[in-house]
Amino acid sequence: MSGGPASSTPKRSLGGWALIAVPYLWLFVFFLAPFFIVFKISLSQVAIAIPPYFPTFDLAEGWAALVENLRELSAENYLWLTQDDLYWKSYMSSVIIAGVSTMLTLLVGYPIAYGMARSPKAWRPTLLMLVILPFWTSFLIRVYAWIGILKNEGLLNQLLLTLGVISEPLTILNTNIAVYIGIVYSYLPFLVLPLYASLEKLDESLLEAAEDLGCPPWQAFWKITLPLSLPGIIAGCFLVFIPAVGEFVIPDLLGGSDTLMIGKTLWVEFFANRDWPVSSAVAVILLLLLVIPIVLFQNQQQKMAEKDR
Amino acid sequence: MAKKPIGPVRREFSPWDDPAAAPFIEFRSVTKRFGDFTAVKDLSLKIHEREFFALLGGSGCGKTTLMRMLAGFETPTSGQVFLDGQDLAGVPPYRRPVNMMFQSYALFPHMNVEANIAFGLKQDKLPKPDIEARVKEMLRLTKLEPFAKRKPHQLSGGQRQRVALARSLAKRPKVLLLDEPLGALDRKLREETQFELMNLQEELKVTFLIVTHDQEEAMTVADRIAVMDAGEIVQVATPAEIYETPNSKFVADFIGDVNLIEAKVVEASSAGTRLKAVADDFQIDVAQTVTAAAGDTVWYAIRPEKIRISRGKPPEAAVNAVGALVWDIAYLGDVSIFHSRVGESSTLRSTVANITRLVERPITWDDHVVLSWERDAGVVLTG
Amino acid sequence: MRHGPTWFNVTSLVIGFSFLYLPIVLLVIFSFNESRLVTVWGGFSTKWYAELFRNQQLLDAFWVTIKVAFMSASVATVLGTMAALVLARSGRFTGRSLFSGMIFAPLVMPEVILGLSLLLLFVALDQARGFWTVMLAHTTFAMCYVAVVVQSRLVGFDRSMEEAAEDLGCPPAKTFFLITLPIILPGVIAGWMLAFTLSLDDLVIASFTTGPGATTLPMKIYSQVRLGVTPEINAVCTILVGIVTIGVIAASLVTKRQQLQKERDERAAYAEPS
Repeated sequence: MSGGPASSTPKRSLGGWALIAVPYLWLFVFFLAPFFIVFKISLSQVAIAIPPYFPTFDLAEGWAALVENLRELSAENYLWLTQDDLYWKSYMSSVIIAGVSTMLTLLVGYPIAYGMARSPKAWRPTLLMLVILPFWTSFLIRVYAWIGILKNEGLLNQLLLTLGVISEPLTILNTNIAVYIGIVYSYLPFLVLPLYASLEKLDESLLEAAEDLGCPPWQAFWKITLPLSLPGIIAGCFLVFIPAVGEFVIPDLLGGSDTLMIGKTLWVEFFANRDWPVSSAVAVILLLLLVIPIVLFQNQQQKMAEKDR
Repeated sequence: MAKKPIGPVRREFSPWDDPAAAPFIEFRSVTKRFGDFTAVKDLSLKIHEREFFALLGGSGCGKTTLMRMLAGFETPTSGQVFLDGQDLAGVPPYRRPVNMMFQSYALFPHMNVEANIAFGLKQDKLPKPDIEARVKEMLRLTKLEPFAKRKPHQLSGGQRQRVALARSLAKRPKVLLLDEPLGALDRKLREETQFELMNLQEELKVTFLIVTHDQEEAMTVADRIAVMDAGEIVQVATPAEIYETPNSKFVADFIGDVNLIEAKVVEASSAGTRLKAVADDFQIDVAQTVTAAAGDTVWYAIRPEKIRISRGKPPEAAVNAVGALVWDIAYLGDVSIFHSRVGESSTLRSTVANITRLVERPITWDDHVVLSWERDAGVVLTG
Repeated sequence: MRHGPTWFNVTSLVIGFSFLYLPIVLLVIFSFNESRLVTVWGGFSTKWYAELFRNQQLLDAFWVTIKVAFMSASVATVLGTMAALVLARSGRFTGRSLFSGMIFAPLVMPEVILGLSLLLLFVALDQARGFWTVMLAHTTFAMCYVAVVVQSRLVGFDRSMEEAAEDLGCPPAKTFFLITLPIILPGVIAGWMLAFTLSLDDLVIASFTTGPGATTLPMKIYSQVRLGVTPEINAVCTILVGIVTIGVIAASLVTKRQQLQKERDERAAYAEPS
């Protein structure tokens, strides 16, 4: 191809603008605007009413009423979050549980991704398919499947008892260990896929060159493979960590009553206590907590995309 | 300014020499910018009906952009494009009577050969029998009849190229635009196809505009060539003129192999010009008259095949003769290229056709030789 | 591979895939358990499946879920394809980074936040909650997945095909339907399938945005799971897993066959004299 670079700002017809406007508006109304409402309600007070908070906005009441309403807003809910240590502990333990599970997922996922990338070319599409398939099956079902395995009279304990490894059933269900297992299991494909992508791209002649220059294979792994797969590791870890922090189903079904995770706290606050303002405040803080990793993740993805170009 | 044409003329066809002839395509001071980058700079160009015209230049010279402005895929930042007297401003690509053959061929993968060729005709809502007849004719012209029902991925590269050609010609466009049409073919197939293109153009009498970076291709197929560099046209002329009388160092260097000698004008008169090489002590006698004055620095361009190499005395007719030392010989089979040192720092290349089988080499490394050439063998480039 | 699969690689693959599949396999096996005790094998039986079809509540929930999934997947596919076109094609425009942010954020955003915020939106709009609100909510997050899937298909798209169509007299809108859409169709279908299963599986967002009369199957399963593991749930789950697995495997087999056919054709085309 000769000629100049592709035109960066194509002339846009009416249809072109409509193409942008429709999905843009949809996301604006159903994704972005709700966050502002969440924020607003997090500054309101709980009320025994429908909806169960005060003040409510009604645009029909006009500007004066709106200003009046704004005065009623307060940061009281956030104050409450700092006073009751339940929330602090939930946030902290969410981050810790998500962090530990991410590391565990990496430990489990790396050998799988590595094994896939080093498998014969003919196997790879099938292996890839096998990793993706669980992702299509229901999250809830996959978590549910572990209950039958992990409970006291469950399959794992039965197996271990029959083998004589243990004499008493282990209590795994309703502990943090079960939560770790659940997260690792549910999010494994998220980590394996980007990792596999970066490992598969790795030129094998690099390893041959390293060996040729006198580097034993296991050192070549540390010095060549691992550093070059780092983008895949980072992307995969973000993809596990970010949603895991706000996870609800796994701690609820597999965790115990002492398993604190912020997603569960929010759920209880909302559905059991019907305290919409406080759960909104919890959501706002959770969002702020996640903004940093999300932005980091997006930057990393962009850098990767530019590098590939 | 109807001058005697240089070199072979394919047919009695040279409307560009007739000042009264109306151009068929005209670019009038066209500029195209992409952000800070100027792809085409204030360019004017006239192309005549039924001409086979080539835009030739390296990558990024603006040739593709120029063609895309004619097709309607780019809008000029300023200036106008005319086709058959009509200003094309504001006419979208799908209403322009020009068709393009894309570098990637851009065949529709989900349609078979027939459907690809019929696509443009269907857009014009032609009656079905007419479409069928036209498709049949195009299939015959491009020798694609046996492949009519195949999908593009079931075709070889050469067949795909012919489908693309048939599709863009099916609508009988006023102008056919060819964007590096043969770039994806291997050398042998490319040469064959060049001649097929020429025959097709003769037969259909359509104006062809081809964009290429391959000078051999441009010289083979085109009636006239526009050599482009950095968004500007450097020279527009017939292939022979471009080769024999390049108007600048850029054109001389871009087209074919050339020796470029920096020289000072010693004497410039109506009888010719005398030059003296800047680097080494030898003079060149040139038949060409130039506007430069004595003392000006110019470039002298001479093609390697115009320089004779001999061990003894140079032939009588050769006005220019310099002593040299053979430094390197490249044997290419059909020709040998000699690199000979003249004086301290100049090297001149000369090619010798290997007319007889090479049993013994008359001239070899480190031989003292004489390089000689005629007065009209080279050109003085002031630009 | 130079040395063929090594011992280490094969072992890690076997262990890894056992870990991924064993729980689901066990779940399926125990759905055929005669005994009510889910973890003790009491012989083969399909009675729990028969029981399912008598459970009207469960069947109702199933139909609601299918309807929501079908409609939200269809709308999400249209919107997501548009968004993908914008991301891949529209170049720079004001608010582009916000747009791509809004496409990518829902992919990693915790579902509790998405669910809560959408619920509060519906309350603020005074919208009665039920079937339609769940549908809208699912459309919103599924369209982002569709956009990503379709965009990956658009990345390798040779735009000169569209230019060729326009060059041959086809206006842009018509070009989209005649050329672009047929070529990206596999991506669009994959996007629809993904959107459909995401909606089918979702518990959290549906729980927040639903209202009376619109209980989805995952919500039903969840409320029963909380009461304990039962063979009926195993049977429901087996059916759901079965539907999705068959769908995905069938789709990938079809694509693979087409791919192989195409490769064979190409080899044949180059082998014969042109």
